[in-house]
Amino acid sequence: MAKTKSEPEKTKPAAPAAVTRKCASGKIVAVAQDVYTDIIRKTLRPTMRFPIRSLSNVKYDPKKGHFEILKKVVTRTLSYNTVKTFAQSMRLMATTKKDLLDKNDIAGKREIYYNSKSWGECRFDEQPESDSLLDDMEAMLAINREQLGYIPEERGGEVTGPVTVIDRDPGTGGDIRINCEKLGTGAWSIPSQVEHLRFESKAKFILAIETASLFQRLVHHRYYESANCILVSMSGVPTRACRRFIRRLSDDKDLPVFAFTDGDPYGYCNIYRTLKVGSGQAAHINQFFCVPRVHYLGVTPQDILDYDLEDATHPLEENDVKRAKDALKNDPFIRHYKEWQAALNQMLTMGVRIEQQAFAKHGLNYVLEKYLPAKLKKGDFLP
Amino acid sequence: MARSKQSLATAESMAHSQREISVSEFFLKNRHLLGFDNPRKALLTAVKEAVDNSLDACDEAGILPEISVEITQTGVRRFRVTILDNGPGIVRAQIPKIFAKLLYGSKFHRLRMSRGQQGIGISAAGMYGQLTTGTSTIIQSKIKSSKVAHHIEVQIDTRSNKPTILKDEELSWHPQFFTTDKDGMAQLSKEYAHGTCVSIEMEAAYIRGKLSADEYIKQCAIVNPHLCMHYRIALLEANSAANGSDKSQGAQTPSADKKPMDAAWITFERGTRDLPKQPQEIKPHPHGVELGMLMQMLKDTTAKTLKSALSNDFSRVSDRAAVEICQRAALDPKARPTHIAHRESEALFKAIGEAKLMRPPTDCLSPIGEEQILAGLKKEIAADFYTAATRSPEVYRGNPFQVEVGIAYARPDASKEVSAEEPARVLRFANKVPLLYMGGACAMIKAVTGVNWKSYGLAQPRDAVPLGPVVILIHIASVWVPFTSESKEAIAHYPEIIREMTFALQECGRRLSVFLSRRRRQAELERKKNYIEMYLPHLALGLREILALNEKEEKQIITKLHKMLERTHLET
Repeated sequence: MAKTKSEPEKTKPAAPAAVTRKCASGKIVAVAQDVYTDIIRKTLRPTMRFPIRSLSNVKYDPKKGHFEILKKVVTRTLSYNTVKTFAQSMRLMATTKKDLLDKNDIAGKREIYYNSKSWGECRFDEQPESDSLLDDMEAMLAINREQLGYIPEERGGEVTGPVTVIDRDPGTGGDIRINCEKLGTGAWSIPSQVEHLRFESKAKFILAIETASLFQRLVHHRYYESANCILVSMSGVPTRACRRFIRRLSDDKDLPVFAFTDGDPYGYCNIYRTLKVGSGQAAHINQFFCVPRVHYLGVTPQDILDYDLEDATHPLEENDVKRAKDALKNDPFIRHYKEWQAALNQMLTMGVRIEQQAFAKHGLNYVLEKYLPAKLKKGDFLP
Repeated sequence: MARSKQSLATAESMAHSQREISVSEFFLKNRHLLGFDNPRKALLTAVKEAVDNSLDACDEAGILPEISVEITQTGVRRFRVTILDNGPGIVRAQIPKIFAKLLYGSKFHRLRMSRGQQGIGISAAGMYGQLTTGTSTIIQSKIKSSKVAHHIEVQIDTRSNKPTILKDEELSWHPQFFTTDKDGMAQLSKEYAHGTCVSIEMEAAYIRGKLSADEYIKQCAIVNPHLCMHYRIALLEANSAANGSDKSQGAQTPSADKKPMDAAWITFERGTRDLPKQPQEIKPHPHGVELGMLMQMLKDTTAKTLKSALSNDFSRVSDRAAVEICQRAALDPKARPTHIAHRESEALFKAIGEAKLMRPPTDCLSPIGEEQILAGLKKEIAADFYTAATRSPEVYRGNPFQVEVGIAYARPDASKEVSAEEPARVLRFANKVPLLYMGGACAMIKAVTGVNWKSYGLAQPRDAVPLGPVVILIHIASVWVPFTSESKEAIAHYPEIIREMTFALQECGRRLSVFLSRRRRQAELERKKNYIEMYLPHLALGLREILALNEKEEKQIITKLHKMLERTHLET
């Protein structure tokens, strides 16, 4: 299997290798050819090899700044247990080549799921099945699915602040300038493809926010003006496009990035960690979809004490505790940073979690008037 | 008190009404003891007694048996039962006693395995017919050495338990059997030189099912694979239309002039022409004898000394063992047996119980045999798996006995005989006679429920017969089968017997479990194969689309994968 062409640089990884449709199509043919040769020439049970997509098959290299996939692969040999997925993979690849790449078309994950309904007994019963196979295919071909013609359906995140995004008119190909400071009460939605965007900005930093409601508050009070920063609302775990957008913007304009999430294991280990180093699931493409320079602003367990918020917390739920313990044990990123281990252990000891909105205890605008300026000034972030 | 004072009996007045009760009178009042408790059962019992006698006679005479059973409805609640056999026949002088005198027979006084034991059955059937319809038992019999056959009609004098002959004729007659060929035409068999036909009319009811004569005859065919059996039942039209319902009980009122339908003969063909082994007659084994019987034997013996009485009249008592018993009982071996007093006989009885003796000889038993059980089951029950086990003879109370078990496992739904959800059918046999009633009280059911069938792959509710499309056949052969009553419907719960049955059931169960697990594996394999084959065309189609293959190449992919599937089953 050919490797992806571009190797990331130390600080400034290049854009994902621009794989042409023809090349992607060629990779699919190569995989199918191997299977065909196994069956016809060698009379062997055909196999397909996939990188294992989980935290157990990634390593964290702080120099590279993202989760890097290791060499572990699963070999899927045709057998009773695999025959259905085998056939589905083959049909999925056939559809990808025939209907998307060859015809220069696009499709959503859910559309592909419905498309399979015409495959008879080979159809996907639930969308997670087709999503998972799509991820497998992505990993096997080492091409991210956007380049295969699959468009993400999740919202890419929203942006407000002193930045002008230069996009392209889909019809004419001419430039379209979007000033994200002049969007009234709304915000600019990050598109699913961000590779072609260019930026103009004099902002000092980027602030990535977990919840839409806090983002709204900051926008409403024009925090981006007072702090001279670009605000990005992630709405949970940031999508690939959102991560890629923040990465490109911060690299392009050399801006520091800070993350502001709820103070709970999900906020730390899923939202922040995925933003910074990528995910275990999609480790094969993490090098592009991560923001290694991001730092964690809050809410930290120490903040609960420092800002007198003990009575604005919630007890940790069973799955919070499980998530935290699991991260301490298995997450290569957490295991690399003592600071994060300390923070998670502190949270487990305190037995509570906290939400971004909890600062409202001290007044609705306490968060933007006191907390954020103080944290930014003090500059003690978690790595 | 006043009343009783008035009518108080004196010894003299009581003596006036004290008189002998004839055994016939006793059984007339206690007909349930003989299996004539209800009209439905009476029909079965009559068939059963006659068929048992025919089979015993054929076996003893070394004749390959052919028997026909004809049941004809003659009235709303009246049936005529006619059984014809090709047995040796009965000499003229014996006919009335055999058919019209209770407790008259050849089988009671000897220790030899046979179907009948007491000599009650057929005469009781005749008596029942006479009691309920007033008709006589009609017998025709021919023996080989006589040119003519005898036609005799008898009734039983219940007071004296003696036969009354109403008709006695000689005639020219040869037993012949009817069959119905596949075109529905009646065919007549060859003429036999000997045979007996008995016909009894009685009050009865016919209901199909597990307790009917049909079932009895079918089971007879299973357990006697050397028997050729013809069977026909002719019901009055109105009745036959409704006889499927168990509730009918002959409640319909067909007009008397209606003729029974001309029903077809059903023939149960032989599965083998080998005659069963002839059982040998044996003397009683000392350990099986009770004190009273011992005293009687000492009184009746022709031996001159105690020692010779012991060694001659009992089996497995050598001269040395006889002397040892005498010494143990502190009795003189030379004493005259008739002079052994009551107290001495008790000592003797005790000494016999303590003596170490060889087990009774077992050549008195004639088991069906594993091969014959398999032949019988295969003949009458459609199944995928058959097994049988014949245990070595064992002894209860000094009586040798032998247990056999056969199991047939049908594919669920493949056979109407058995269903997957219902309890297994247990076919019980004692000395080759099917037992249909009183299953719950029988040692055989006790043994079946006591076995852990779950470990052999069958479902089994607690303390119950296993579930599944299974037929379990159990046979006990013994010179004296311990029935719980004279109607011979259930085997008594002797631990030795239940243990042997359990072992035999377990032996067959283990083989069944091997079969079942192999079949489960095959079914699983088949299922996997089908599953895989469902997806192969998709795999090929995907490849065809990506690689732009032609139809031939696509087919080749499927063929190749199929071959791999055959070879490896594509197991991981």
